[in-house]
Amino acid sequence: MKVNVVVTPKAAVLDPQGAAVRDAMQHLGMPEVRSVRIGKYLEIEIDEKTPEVESRLRALCRDLLSNPVIEDYEVLES
Amino acid sequence: MRSWRVERGMQMRFAVIQFPGSNCDQDCLAALNGITGLRAEYVWHKETSVEGFDAIVLPGGFSYGDYLRCGAIARFSPIMSSVVKEARSGKLVIGICNGFQILCEIGLLPGALVRNRSLHFVCEMVTTRVEVADSLFTHGCPQGTLLRLPVAHGEGCFFADEAMLRELNDRRQIILRYVTADGRLNVAANPNGSVENIAGICNREGNVFGLMPHPDRACELRLGSVDGARIFQSMMETIEASRSQAA
Repeated sequence: MKVNVVVTPKAAVLDPQGAAVRDAMQHLGMPEVRSVRIGKYLEIEIDEKTPEVESRLRALCRDLLSNPVIEDYEVLES
Repeated sequence: MRSWRVERGMQMRFAVIQFPGSNCDQDCLAALNGITGLRAEYVWHKETSVEGFDAIVLPGGFSYGDYLRCGAIARFSPIMSSVVKEARSGKLVIGICNGFQILCEIGLLPGALVRNRSLHFVCEMVTTRVEVADSLFTHGCPQGTLLRLPVAHGEGCFFADEAMLRELNDRRQIILRYVTADGRLNVAANPNGSVENIAGICNREGNVFGLMPHPDRACELRLGSVDGARIFQSMMETIEASRSQAA
């Protein structure tokens, strides 16, 4: 089965990539764009999801897939 | 247990950890071996022990291709549990550039290093100011000493939230700041957008130091600066002092 994880920069962390993309979008005919934040989207395939697997997955979300100092993560069910 | 009598006068041994993608390991080895009384050796990241050295160096580069985040995968290398153990026992550990990123990722140092504010990879000589003269890595440099060191990184923007920043200041953990050539602290001197122009910090105990500039590339006059050697020499003095104390 598939599990998707979204990692986003925390609000307090500068996101110069997002700012550059926002500027480009405004420049390319979308002056309505107020802000863009860029994160990561991970598609993860696993054999099966038991509560035990899920708790290990969450531990790795915290320890590997994101850095809690600068990022938040969310596990999306599909 | 080795006695100090045996160790005294002997060469000091520094370990340079090699990760797949390290590219300043040779710079570090050459720079350290160029310093009298110092002998540096490589330790491959798959090794499980880095015991028996006087200090540990995590060199610059792009470990694991900088995939996911810089240093995020290298921190799980087998050697790192031994590095953590040695660090917790008080051994001197210095992380340069990618090494600094790995130390933050593994939690030996607070904060994180993110994409440069300019989005540009910066590769230039910068001036840093020694903010803490009696640290284990800079006590050969009076406070305010200017060190000219090269930087070369895309993700060197140091981030810490307000509470963490206050603590770093209160505990005098901010060792180096980017300044202008004449020692002034301002935005223009900041090559990457780091908070408070921070170039290098140490842990609470003072024995783990991370910095984005490369002291390893500033140990020979023909490279434009020998200021980097002052950091390694300070480390040697620290080791020498702890040996004498043990006596």
